[in-house]
Amino acid sequence: MAEIQLVELTVNGERRDLAIEPRRTLVDVLRHDLGLTGTHVGCEHGICGACTVLVDGAPVRACLVFAAQVEDADIRTVESLSAPDGSLSDLQQEFSAHHGLQCGFCTPGFLMLAEGFLAERPDATKEEIREVVASNLCRCTGYQTIVEAVDTCAARRREGTCA
Amino acid sequence: MNEPHFRRDGAWVGASVPRREDPRLLAGRGRFVDDVALPGMLHAQFVRSTVAHGRIVAVDLDEVRAVPGVVAAFSAADLGLGDVTALLDRPPHEFVPTSMPVLARDKVRFVGEPVAIVVARDPYAAEDGVEAAVVEYEDLDPVVTDTAALADGAPLVHAEAPRNTLVDVSLFATEGIDEVFAEAPCVVRVRTKTGRQNALPLETRGVVASWDDRDEQLHVQTNTQIPHQVRTVLASCAGLAEKQVRVTVPDMGGGFGQKCVVGREEIAAAAAALRLRRPVKWIEDRRDALTAAFLAREQRYDVRAAFDADGHILGLDADVVCDMGAYSCYPFTAGIEPLMASAEMPSVYKVPAYRVRGRAITTNKAPTGPYRGVSRPQYVMVMERLMERAARELGIDPVEIRRRNVITVFPYTGVNRITYDPGSYRESLDLCEQVLRDEGWYDVRDSGRVIGIGYSCFSERTGYGSGAFAQRKMRVVPGFDISEIRMDVSGTVSATTGTMSHGQSHETTMAQIVADRLGLDIAQVKIVQGDTDRITYGWGSFASRSITIGGSAVAAASEKLGDQLREIAAHLLDADVDGCELDGAGGVRLRDDPARRLSFAELADVAYLRAHLLPKGVGPGLSATASFDVPGDGTFSNATHGVVVELDPGTGGVEILRYVCVEDCGVAIHPQIVEGQCRGGIAQGIAGALFEQVTYDDAGQPLAPSLMEYKVPTAAEIPDIVIHHLETPCAFTANGAKGAGEGGTIGAPAAVLNAVNDALRGTGVELDDTPISREAVHRALEGTHG
Repeated sequence: MAEIQLVELTVNGERRDLAIEPRRTLVDVLRHDLGLTGTHVGCEHGICGACTVLVDGAPVRACLVFAAQVEDADIRTVESLSAPDGSLSDLQQEFSAHHGLQCGFCTPGFLMLAEGFLAERPDATKEEIREVVASNLCRCTGYQTIVEAVDTCAARRREGTCA
Repeated sequence: MNEPHFRRDGAWVGASVPRREDPRLLAGRGRFVDDVALPGMLHAQFVRSTVAHGRIVAVDLDEVRAVPGVVAAFSAADLGLGDVTALLDRPPHEFVPTSMPVLARDKVRFVGEPVAIVVARDPYAAEDGVEAAVVEYEDLDPVVTDTAALADGAPLVHAEAPRNTLVDVSLFATEGIDEVFAEAPCVVRVRTKTGRQNALPLETRGVVASWDDRDEQLHVQTNTQIPHQVRTVLASCAGLAEKQVRVTVPDMGGGFGQKCVVGREEIAAAAAALRLRRPVKWIEDRRDALTAAFLAREQRYDVRAAFDADGHILGLDADVVCDMGAYSCYPFTAGIEPLMASAEMPSVYKVPAYRVRGRAITTNKAPTGPYRGVSRPQYVMVMERLMERAARELGIDPVEIRRRNVITVFPYTGVNRITYDPGSYRESLDLCEQVLRDEGWYDVRDSGRVIGIGYSCFSERTGYGSGAFAQRKMRVVPGFDISEIRMDVSGTVSATTGTMSHGQSHETTMAQIVADRLGLDIAQVKIVQGDTDRITYGWGSFASRSITIGGSAVAAASEKLGDQLREIAAHLLDADVDGCELDGAGGVRLRDDPARRLSFAELADVAYLRAHLLPKGVGPGLSATASFDVPGDGTFSNATHGVVVELDPGTGGVEILRYVCVEDCGVAIHPQIVEGQCRGGIAQGIAGALFEQVTYDDAGQPLAPSLMEYKVPTAAEIPDIVIHHLETPCAFTANGAKGAGEGGTIGAPAAVLNAVNDALRGTGVELDDTPISREAVHRALEGTHG
């Protein structure tokens, strides 16, 4: 039996205490121990990006990180984007308006990728956005509508006309 | 940006309304199979074959059972389940039935084949358990390619299948075809091999199975495109009555055909749950998905086409060999690819003489099944290469030669005995070329850079009713669909569909259809899918059938319910039924006196709470059931794709500069969703043309077991895609819609390959295989572009 370790995480602003095996990945802890199933697992080897979450504001592949490694960090998942009453953020609304999702499985990863990127680079050009969107895989949309959704969100934030 | 397309005042169909699926999926509140957690749930992983071909000498799971956290481990002998067997009603020389055990019993036939299932407290422990398994194999020589499989004295993958041939059919041998070829002024030939591909839904396969003592039922939650068929196979393998099995489908993260066959892992996991009387979850990891899930598309074509001097096609003579891997898939069988190619190869062209042989060959590789487009990406590629080659030989413009050959008068019955309903084959071709000319791409092409323009013109049958599958001689014949609609006491409705959305937005589009038929707001409509206990029967989603067939059943059921409402209203308003009509605002009114109306809520109140007021002979409650099957040979969507590529002489890389798609899927229920289907399909088609390939070494070991090796294109490789819509309504489906799921995938490889060859003009090299290798492009350009 593997040893059990006590781990304290801060997820979406809330402190959570866990007793887990050290080998447990962040994505498994988020999904299965904390019940935050919005973050998805597509490959478990860091290529597809479906498990992307924000760690101290930066997009991170939660399948490549052990939960024990991010004890002192601020972790944000897709569940943090919409308001408690369920109303969607400007970024989520643009994804819907542009049909930037079909099956919706990769979507939380793209949302967190874009959320982290736009916070750091609010002035990003569409080409830069496309380059960042290329970090994750989507099998349904052909990417164009994802790029357009992120680009429109960025433009509206700059204009101060957020939905 | 894409402005929403609103059309047709007041109608839901034709309007790109906000998708009803979006809010939960965007908020992370979707429920996919891995999100399901049940009390006491255990986790399964599979011990999988490490050799491509071998006799199982011993399976020792004692060490597995000793691993901390492991609860149980079962081999085939422990579970004693029946096999999964897919059958064709074809004579023995055309089809050899083989079966697929749920866990390998005596022999393994590919690397990744499940040999035992390990069930543990958590997935980590299950993987520890798998590591501890000891399986002893006696190695057998593997056959890794179709040519090796067909060689004299080749080892047999299935003892019952001589020459490793599962299907061998020769169809449509037009009398006198040899003379046609002997006398034709121009005969061109295309020999091509297309790479094995993985449909690769982002969500891997998965299942949660649990026995419910209260319902006396095995509940299987699985991400399948065909829930009722999973129930049938599971019941049969496990010796249960169908009523003892309930299959439900949560949100599904894509499928693309890979999830429309019955997988052995879902049965094994369910059997383990039955044995242990505890919930068992299995979630496929990406390595297993890349090496052991159903694959597709590895085909070899040798096709000749005869043309007259003016470029009219005179005859087509085809030999198609499909490498189906180790097992025949249920329900479609190993015939899925060769039979599709054989029946439909003439595509959009008037072909007077046709002969074809189609074979399914079994090899020691992961089995294959349907994948978005099924064979059509390949044979369209072959047909379009033949057109280009003949155009070059005869000195005719490549678009012009297509114009001379496309079907323009409908209905048209082809040499393949298929009747094509009206489409816009010629119009889509003309418009696609016009767009690229108007945008100046022909000037760019001739500017001295290594640029080429390529087209593909195709149709795709999207209404495969039972007739089409019966013709294929499948033992189990898909085709129809049944919908049941109920109005509740408050006047809102729930409609079931036997189709199963895996990203195509049925909750929105089906609701649009119901809302229009009943004159309701879509907010008043709920769509129920993916539950064998709640849905009478259904054939699931594949072959772009959801809207054409499922949507038509939903529409028919809605109309029946509308008739019931009119009958009750007529009685209550003391009027003739014929004088009552749905008012488009959730009520029934008198045609001649519209002010006299009853809302659905008022009618439902009578139907449920004051049934004594109902007319004589009308029972209480409000519900209707209707089924739909396709008359004749179905309906055909069509499109022309135009692509501009630039080649990099230094690296052999292919960059797509422009992609134009002119598509016609009849009436689009939701244009934005249609465009989404097009773009996603085109991305998968480009992937097949340029990037993706499942490869094996000589021993049958997979060489692309992770996404590091299996190159799925990203936003950096997939271009923006311009879509133009034409609309040739279908005469027999609800709303005139045709299917829209697969066209993009079908058209893209041919157009990209033709564009690359156009760019290579003058080099003397023509490439016919996909994926197009950078090395081949580089070699072709070497010397010509120093």
